[in-house]
Amino acid sequence: METPFAITLNAGTSRANHTGSWRTERPLYVDRLPPCNNACPAGEDIQGWLYEAESGNYEAAWRKLVVDNPFPAIMGRICFHPCETACNRVQVDDAVGINAVERFLGDLALEHGWSLPVVTLDTGKRILVVGAGPAGLSAAYHLRRLGHQVRLVDSAEQLGGMMRYGIPAYRLPRVTLDAEIARVVDLGVEVELGHAVLDVEAERRAGNFDAVFLAVGAQIGKRVDIPAGDSSKVIDAVSFLHQVAEGDPPLLGRRVAVYGGGDTALDAARTARRLGATDAVIVYRRNRERMPAHGEELEQALGEGVTMRWLSTVDRFEGGRLVLETMRLNEQGFPEPTGEFEELDADALLLALGQDTDLSLLKTASDVVVNDGVVQVQASMMTGEDGVFAGGDAVPADRTATVAVGHGKRAAHGIDAYVMGTALESVPKHELATFEKLNTWYYSDAPRTERPELERIRRQTNFEEVVGGLTEENALFEARRCLSCGNCFECDNCFGVCPDNAVIKLGPGLRYEFDFDFCKGCGICVKECPCGAITMVPEII
Amino acid sequence: MTRQPVRFYQVGSFAVGNRLLNDEDRTVQSSPNRTNSIDSGHRACQGCGEVLGARYALDAAMRATNGQLVAVNATGCLEVFSTPYPETSWRIAWLHSLFGNAPAVATGVAAAMRVKGKSEVRVVAQAGDGGTVDIGFGCLSGMFERNDDVLFICYDNEGYMNTGVQRSGATPPAARTATTVAAGPEPGNVFGQGKDLPRIAMAHDIPYVATATVADLHDLEQKVERAMEIHGARYLHVLVPCPLGWGSASDETIHIARLAKETGLFPVFAAEHGRVTSVSPIRHRTPVEEYLKLQRRYAHLFGSSPRPDIVARLQEIADENIARYGLVTEEAGESVASEVRT
Ligand SMILES: Cc1cc2nc3c(=O)[nH]c(=O)nc-3n(C[C@H](O)[C@H](O)[C@H](O)COP(=O)(O)OP(=O)(O)OC[C@H]3O[C@@H](n4cnc5c(N)ncnc54)[C@H](O)[C@@H]3O)c2cc1C
Ligand SMILES: Cc1ncc(C[n+]2csc(CCOP(=O)(O)OP(=O)(O)O)c2C)c(N)n1
Ligand code: SF4
Ligand code: SF4
Ligand code: SF4
Ligand SMILES: [Mg+2]
Repeated sequence: METPFAITLNAGTSRANHTGSWRTERPLYVDRLPPCNNACPAGEDIQGWLYEAESGNYEAAWRKLVVDNPFPAIMGRICFHPCETACNRVQVDDAVGINAVERFLGDLALEHGWSLPVVTLDTGKRILVVGAGPAGLSAAYHLRRLGHQVRLVDSAEQLGGMMRYGIPAYRLPRVTLDAEIARVVDLGVEVELGHAVLDVEAERRAGNFDAVFLAVGAQIGKRVDIPAGDSSKVIDAVSFLHQVAEGDPPLLGRRVAVYGGGDTALDAARTARRLGATDAVIVYRRNRERMPAHGEELEQALGEGVTMRWLSTVDRFEGGRLVLETMRLNEQGFPEPTGEFEELDADALLLALGQDTDLSLLKTASDVVVNDGVVQVQASMMTGEDGVFAGGDAVPADRTATVAVGHGKRAAHGIDAYVMGTALESVPKHELATFEKLNTWYYSDAPRTERPELERIRRQTNFEEVVGGLTEENALFEARRCLSCGNCFECDNCFGVCPDNAVIKLGPGLRYEFDFDFCKGCGICVKECPCGAITMVPEII
Repeated sequence: MTRQPVRFYQVGSFAVGNRLLNDEDRTVQSSPNRTNSIDSGHRACQGCGEVLGARYALDAAMRATNGQLVAVNATGCLEVFSTPYPETSWRIAWLHSLFGNAPAVATGVAAAMRVKGKSEVRVVAQAGDGGTVDIGFGCLSGMFERNDDVLFICYDNEGYMNTGVQRSGATPPAARTATTVAAGPEPGNVFGQGKDLPRIAMAHDIPYVATATVADLHDLEQKVERAMEIHGARYLHVLVPCPLGWGSASDETIHIARLAKETGLFPVFAAEHGRVTSVSPIRHRTPVEEYLKLQRRYAHLFGSSPRPDIVARLQEIADENIARYGLVTEEAGESVASEVRT
C-alpha cells in the first residue's frame, strides 16, 4: 500500500479492539421514583412537570400536572405538601418549592384560559358520584377522561365540599376555586345540587347507574359534653365555617375561644378574628410540639393575633367565663389533669374537635362495611358492595383534600376496570431515588424562594388571600432547583466522563445509550450521574 | 476566553452539559461532534484518568485551533495504551519519539511548521509525570527558556505507571509505590522530596502556566482554550488519578480528583508570566483523610496500626497550599465549619 514519505506503517483503528469484553458489570439507564412523586397523595409526577417548567414550557408542565390532578391552583394554596417534606433537596439546603410552582402553573393556566383535554371517548357507562368535594370532583374528572358519563350530586348549594364550606377564602379565594371546578364540569359532568342522597341503593337503581362513588366526606363536627349555661354560645367549628362560607356568619361576640389543636381550630380562630373578635384564643390540651396543625398555619395564625392556651382543657362554660383545667404531659406524651383551674373570659366557644361521617345513606347497602365510622375499601376503592366505591374523608386515611383527589383518581380507575370488565392494572413502582443515589456535587447552590405574605394589618379585617404567588422568574428559579431525582435530565455527564467514549448521545429528548462494544464497565458514569439515573448490574456471561 | 457569568441552570457550570444552555455555552465534551481525539478500543485500564484528561485537553485544543493541531507524545501509558501495532486510537496528527525528548520534538515540529509557512498549525506536547518532571525535564526547561511555541501538557498520575508503578519526582509523600514500600517508621515515599513543576515552570517566566484536574471539565477546557490564544511556551499540569497505581476503585477516578482539589492537596490555579492570575476556590473544604482513605497506596496510614501523625503532616501540606494560593474564599470559609467532617 502507498504510504506518505517516512511512513512505513498504515495504522488501523483501535476500534477493532472490542474492550467491552473486559466488563464484569454493565451500566444500565434507569428511571427511579423521585421521593416527591412517591409522597404526593394525588400521585402527581412532580419531577416530570418540574422538568417541563425548568425549560419554561409552562403549558406543557401544566398539562403533565393535570393528568393526575385537575386542581393545581387549589392545591398550590391548600395542599400540606408532603412532597416537600420528602424532597431530597432538603438534605442539600431546603426543599424545592413544589407547592409554590404548582400554584404558579395553576394560576397561569387560569390566566391564559388553558382548558382540559376534550373528552372524545364514550363508553356508554353511567356513574353516580355522591358528594362534590375534592374526592367526588376528582373522580368525576378522571371518569370523564375515561369516557364514562358522570352524574355528580351534592346536598349543598354549590360545588366544592370542604374546599368551599370549610377552608376559608383567605387561604383559597373563591374565584380560583370556582374556575378550577368549572373546568372539570365543562368536560360534560351532569351536576345536581341541593339534592341529598338518602338511600344510595335506591338512587343507583332508579338512575340505572353502572357504579357509584361515595364521596360524602365527614360533615359532622364532633361535640363533647361541656356543662354550659343557657346563655353560653357553643358552636362546632365546621358549622361556623360553613355559615361564614354561605355569607351568614353567626354573631360570636368580641372574645372567642376555640377548643382543639388541628387546622380547623386555626381556621376558626383566624376567621373569628376577621369577623371582629378582639380575642381569639385557642385552647389545646397538649403543647406546640404535639399539635396536629401544620407549623406554617400556626405561624400565620399567631401573626394575626390569635393566641394560644397550651396544656388546657375546657371544664365548663358559664356566664361568659370558661373554666380551664391545666394539663401536664406524662412520659408517653399524653395529657393528664392536674386539678388546677384557670378562667378565661369568652363570649363564644367554637368546638374544633374533629369530624364524624354521616353514612345514613348506606342504610340498605348491607354489604358495605363501616368500621369506626368510616367505610372500608379495597385497593381499587371498592367497598364490600359490588360496584359501590368510596373515598376521601369517608374512608380510613389522612383527611386532606390532596388525599381525596388521589382517592378520586384511584376510584375512577377502579370503577373503569369494574364497569369495563377489565383487570385493574397495577404498574409496579420504580425503585426509590434516595438521596444516596445522587451526586449532589453537580448542583448549584441555590437557596429557596419564599412566597410573599400579605402584611399582617391587612389580614385582620378582611378575607383577602394571605399568601401570594411567585413571579415567573422566581417560579423558574424554584423549578430549576429540582435535582431531577432518579430521572435523566440530559446533563451530558455520562457522555462526557466516559474514558472509553462508550456513551452515545441520541439528541435532545432522546437521552443516551451505551456502546457495549467498548464499555469497560468502570462505573464512572454511574458515580458521576448527578441524579442517580444509571445503575450497575452484573454482566451476564 | 472570558468566563461566562453563569446564570442559575440547575447544574450551573458543574456538569458536562446542560440542556437549558445554548450549544455555545456548553463544554466541548458535551457535543456529539467533539473530535474524540483518542478513540474507543484503547487499552487504558477501567476508569483511567489519564485517557480522560487527554481527550478533554486535546478535544478542547482541536476546537480552539479548528483542527490545525499536531500532538507529540512521550513514552508512557498514554502512548502505550493508545498505539499498539497495528492499531491506533489517535484521530489527530500524532507523533511519538522517546520517553525523554517530547519537548524537543515538539519544538522541532513547531519550527518545521513555521518554516513551511503553516503558522496556523499549533503544537501540543504531552507526557506523564515521569516524562515531564524527571527524564524529560532538561528538554522541557530548554523549551521554556527559549519560549518555544508549544503547549506542554503533563498528565500527572504521580508515578511511573506504565512500567509498574514506580516512584517519580511527582509522587507525593507517604504514597506507596513499587519502589517506596510501605514499611518501616517512614512508610511510603519520603517527605521533603520531589518537584513542584507548575512553580518551576512559573519561575521560567513563560506566558502561561496552569493546573487542572479531570474533575472540573469547564475549568480544564477553559485553560486549554486560553493557552491556545497565546504563543510561546505554555504549560498545563493535569491531575489524572490512576486506579491501578493508586489502588482506587475504577468508578472513583473523578471523585478522587475532586477531593484532591477540595482538600487543598492539589491547588488548581492559572498564572501568566510568573504571576498567579486565578485560583479555583475550594467549594466544600474536606480533610485529607477523605481523599487518602479511598486509595490503597495510603492504606498503611489507616487500619489496625494507623499513622495519624503522617496524616497530619499531609494535612499540613494541604493547609500550606490553601494559604499559599488563597484557596479558601470567605464564602467557602463559612461553609468550612459546617462541612468539615471529622
Ligand atoms: C376547616 C377545614 C380546613 C381544611 N383545610 C385543609 C387544607 O388546608 N388542606 C387540605 O388538604 N385539606 C384541608 N381540609 C380537609 C379537606 O377539606 C377534606 O379532607 C376534603 O375536603 C375531603 O374531601 P371529600 O371529597 O372526601 O369530602 P368533602 O370535601 O367533605 O365533600 C363531601 C361532599 O359530600 C356532600 N354530601 C355529604 N353527604 C351527602 C349526601 N348524602 N348526599 C349528597 N351530598 C352529600 C357534602 O355536601 C360535601 O359537599 C380542611 C378541612 C376543614 C374542615
Ligand atoms: C529512556 C527510557 N527509559 C525507560 C523507559 C521505560 N518506560 C516507559 S514508560 C515509563 C514510565 C512512564 O511514566 P510517566 O511518564 O509518569 O507516564 P505514565 O505511564 O505514568 O503515564 C518508563 C520508565 C523508556 N521507555 N525509555
Ligand atoms: S429534588 Fe426534585 S425530583 Fe427530587 S424530590 Fe425534590 S422535587 Fe422531587
Ligand atoms: S464510564 Fe464508560 S466504560 Fe465506564 S461504565 Fe460507563 S459507559 Fe462503561
Ligand atoms: S449523567 Fe446526566 S445525562 Fe447521563 S443519565 Fe445522568 S442525568 Fe442523564
Ligand atoms: Mg505517571
